[in-house]
Amino acid sequence: MSDKPSVTVHADLCKACGLCIIHCPKGTLVASDKINVLGYPTTVVANDDCIGCANCYLICPEPGAITLVKP
Amino acid sequence: MAKVYEKSPAFFDTFERKPSMQKTTHYCPGCGHGTLNKIIADQLTELGLQDKAIFVGPVGCGVFIYYYFESAAVSAAHGRASAVATGVSRANPDGVTISYQGDGDLAAIGTSNAIHAANRGENMIVFFVNNNTYGMTGGQLAPTTLIDQTSTTSPTGRTVKNDGYPLRMAEMMAGLEAPTLVARVGVNSPRNVRQAIKVIKKGLEIQRDKKGYVFIEVLSQCPTNWKKDTKEACEWIDDVVSKQYPFGVFKDMTDERDAVERRCERVEFSAIAKQLGLEADDSSSDAQIDMDKDATQFKFAGFGGQGVLSLGMMMAQLSMQHNMEVTWLPSYGPEMRGGVANSSVVVSKNTIGSPVVELPDVLVALNRPSLEKFGPLVPEGGMIIYNSSLIDQVPADLKGSVFALPATELATEAGTAKAANVVVLGFIARKAAMFKLADLEAFLTETFKKPALVETNIKALRAGWEVAENL
Repeated sequence: MSDKPSVTVHADLCKACGLCIIHCPKGTLVASDKINVLGYPTTVVANDDCIGCANCYLICPEPGAITLVKP
Repeated sequence: MAKVYEKSPAFFDTFERKPSMQKTTHYCPGCGHGTLNKIIADQLTELGLQDKAIFVGPVGCGVFIYYYFESAAVSAAHGRASAVATGVSRANPDGVTISYQGDGDLAAIGTSNAIHAANRGENMIVFFVNNNTYGMTGGQLAPTTLIDQTSTTSPTGRTVKNDGYPLRMAEMMAGLEAPTLVARVGVNSPRNVRQAIKVIKKGLEIQRDKKGYVFIEVLSQCPTNWKKDTKEACEWIDDVVSKQYPFGVFKDMTDERDAVERRCERVEFSAIAKQLGLEADDSSSDAQIDMDKDATQFKFAGFGGQGVLSLGMMMAQLSMQHNMEVTWLPSYGPEMRGGVANSSVVVSKNTIGSPVVELPDVLVALNRPSLEKFGPLVPEGGMIIYNSSLIDQVPADLKGSVFALPATELATEAGTAKAANVVVLGFIARKAAMFKLADLEAFLTETFKKPALVETNIKALRAGWEVAENL
């Protein structure tokens, strides 16, 4: 297991509201043009700069869409 | 040790109660409901209260709360969640009662329910999700809509002159003596979510400790009906909405309050029966009424004051005393006298599905309009008894066996015209061989109590009985 925080977006649960993107201080979460099962362009993880601030998890309205592991 | 932020086990893994798309909620993208659901779920998990939680759902966007939480849940009628939660809380003193309501539900149609539950200091936590609009129905003006805010029913904006001021529920609740914790929080930014988590955790701890009523107003963004993107909607809460509805803890009596025990004692049926003077008579048998069919449907109709409702009630009570299943369904106008009235009674050997009588096996018509209305509905093999004292014309198209009974005349002879219904009771009891005369007399003695009334009614009963016997 990595000693760095890691964030995962479960693509098929994402409704592309974009709130996690706004509140990510490291630009780790970004919009994409990948259309998911719900028909939304899902948010994706763009880099491994995650600092584990949990802003994304806290603001995300969809249960299960974001998982964050902080070592 | 690693900390994992993930979907709480207080949620169902798959939302199987949801008809489709069972992995995601029904909330719009960016809606504050989802965020609040997550906070509640996480805190139920953290405090180990998931199995004690009983949700009471509203009408509004929060209506499907039972889709998501793997806890007990009840849905209430519009605005009644706090009232239903009162019952839930009292009947389940060891549970954690969570009333989840929106502003259309709690601050409009259900204001009185909400305020009185708070004023009684019920052991419950109320989440009041305030998004200033009726979200589910498409964005109409709510009591909480801001001044100048447009909605589908205030297209040029809310005005004080027309609609009054936005209702500040948290401040109102904080003005009451009973509540233990009253606060307003937001779920529009990570900063506000962190604050909301603290308050909600405290509120759930108060419930765990039975320390009374908690009211948490949650300002929630509604990007869909506000016609804003999610970023604008969240910013609008900080910039505008929270100026009208400031964040904060308005009342916190957690340390001053003791646990409120409202233990709901289980009462044995025999104790209730004793209180009501209905002590079981051990000598009674299981004998039922001998009927041709498993169920007989009665319609007793007349004008108000003729006693058709009481006649139905007597038939139902007598049948019940004979171990039958019964229903009694009255239908009457607002008039105390005059007007038309009828009662439908079903007497059955089995459980009754519906109390509605559409095709009566037995019709009693005490006036002409009733005979004209219901007579043609009686099928072949049915029985029609009409009051020949008041009805001189009988419709030609009746199919059942028709009996003319001068009920009003016989009752007047017995002492009062009001006893016409009892004349009919005697007639039916004898004609259909339903009850013994002695049982009927005992019943009337118990019902009318005053000796003079009992005597008159027994006379009327016998008059009807004799007409049937001499047919």
